[in-house]
Amino acid sequence: MSEDQKDTVVEYDHYGDDTSNVELKEGKPQKRIEDMLLNMGPQHPSTHGVLRIVLDLEGETIVKATPHLGYLHRGVEKLAENSTYNQIIPLTDRLDYVCSMTNNYAFVRTVEKLLQVEVPERAEYIRTIVAEMQRLAGHLFWLGTQALDIGAMTVFFYTFREREVLLDLFEILCGARLTMSYYRVGGVDRELSSEVIDALYKFIETFPEHVDEYNTLLETNRIWVGRTKDIAVISGEDAINFGLSGPTLRGSGVNYDIRKTEPYGVYDKVEWEVPLGKNGDTYDRYWIRVEEMRQSARIIKQCLDQLPEGPIAADLPMITYPPRDRVETDMESLIHHFMIATQGFDVPEGEVYSAIEAPKGELGFYILSQGGNKPYRLKIRPPSFIHMGAFDYMARGYMIADIVTIFGTYDIVMGECDR
Amino acid sequence: MNDIALKIKELCPDAFLASKIEFGELTVTLKREGLLSACRTLHDDSSLDFDFISDICSVDFPNESPRFEMVYQLYSIGQNHRIRVKARVPEEDCNIDSVVDVWQGANFMEREVYDMMGIRFNNHPDLRRILMTEDYEEGFPLRKDFPVEGFGWRDQFDFSEQ
Repeated sequence: MSEDQKDTVVEYDHYGDDTSNVELKEGKPQKRIEDMLLNMGPQHPSTHGVLRIVLDLEGETIVKATPHLGYLHRGVEKLAENSTYNQIIPLTDRLDYVCSMTNNYAFVRTVEKLLQVEVPERAEYIRTIVAEMQRLAGHLFWLGTQALDIGAMTVFFYTFREREVLLDLFEILCGARLTMSYYRVGGVDRELSSEVIDALYKFIETFPEHVDEYNTLLETNRIWVGRTKDIAVISGEDAINFGLSGPTLRGSGVNYDIRKTEPYGVYDKVEWEVPLGKNGDTYDRYWIRVEEMRQSARIIKQCLDQLPEGPIAADLPMITYPPRDRVETDMESLIHHFMIATQGFDVPEGEVYSAIEAPKGELGFYILSQGGNKPYRLKIRPPSFIHMGAFDYMARGYMIADIVTIFGTYDIVMGECDR
Repeated sequence: MNDIALKIKELCPDAFLASKIEFGELTVTLKREGLLSACRTLHDDSSLDFDFISDICSVDFPNESPRFEMVYQLYSIGQNHRIRVKARVPEEDCNIDSVVDVWQGANFMEREVYDMMGIRFNNHPDLRRILMTEDYEEGFPLRKDFPVEGFGWRDQFDFSEQ
């Protein structure tokens, strides 16, 4: 608040019982306006983890919002410098724990780029299918919690019903529901079984109807529209300058989706579209995520139809683990497994940056290798952290009740933000 | 990709030091002093058009001089090309110009670099620690001479003997 605003004395005709800050000046009752500092978090049910924000308020209007990060900082980058490449895969699970598959994917792709490994076609298809399943699970989680934060509780139960189906499939696929560690350098860990394929077909068939179901609850809901339209508006130009990515950037009408601009996996072999917003407000970003769910379902359907036969991991004994059943019955395979698990594999010298389109935005890994089985430097580019950089800019001028909507609209996960 | 390197050499001859293409990625090394003006050129020039900042990070090479290396990952949404810009920072004069004026998104990224590696940014609007607490006094965690288990009260444990 500027100095002259601070000293503004407003005429006040009616005042209640509280006369503590009412001064009598020239015989007339007057009231002084003071700015207020409000602390929000780090323990707050709608901050999606441990985010603390200090708000400068003028009445109920936000003048400045200062995020204080780091409550979930575990030093993943430092740990990664002292771990072999296979040991880092479970660490990446703990970044964005809502979408751990995409973190695995971003990391193994970067290592593969350094090793120049060719991934078998079936593995690429499986990776794409699983990444899109994860996008569905992530967006469903976002939609449910965002609606819950705003006050529409019903949607939460519907979206979590579908998310549960996907998590059950992940459990069949890799044995875990949250921290999955399914991707491996050179391929994936386990075969996509016919049980999963059948269940996935069945899920995809009914999924668009479920999306319609969520939309009937929200699309024209007066409260939802009132609380998301024209909230946290950012222009395309500003969004690019702030480094926003993913649905947050596309909500402002900027066509930047890494799956289209730098295709990886099999995204260039299937037909799908990138939904773009117009107004750059929270409602547009909601609409984009809902459309992306429909597109993800389309991608999964086409990938399942095209799924070729073949190996699920590259034939590189120095890098990939031997098949699990052989490890349990064959001495040489057990030794082989032990060697890779304990010593890891050597990666040539060099540096690469590779990014994928995670549900939240551009998730990039920069690895600098000086040879050996551990990276010399590993840097994660987390979308949530960079989105928080624009938070102050996007929150100014809105009401205090909108603050939950504004950080909800980034789809923020603190595990990824603080690393 | 070589065209981009040549173009940068032509536009910023004072700052340009070297360029290389590795794994299909272009890396341009610049002088520390000319970094800010070169970044402005990279952002403003219509054929380069690097309007999107992907990431800023730093690398510590304790046995080399200058010790630190700043790494900027840039991307152009219009032209769909990427570049990596590097500049070396010496330990004794540990600062570099901030690029927040060019890309606002650099604000938090530079704060993280300062927090983790201790490189100061000139003309940064709000240079404070971001992930560690503001009164953290044990040093800069991502420097190579910082032990994984940290300093301070953790010293009482002997991590070498399992």
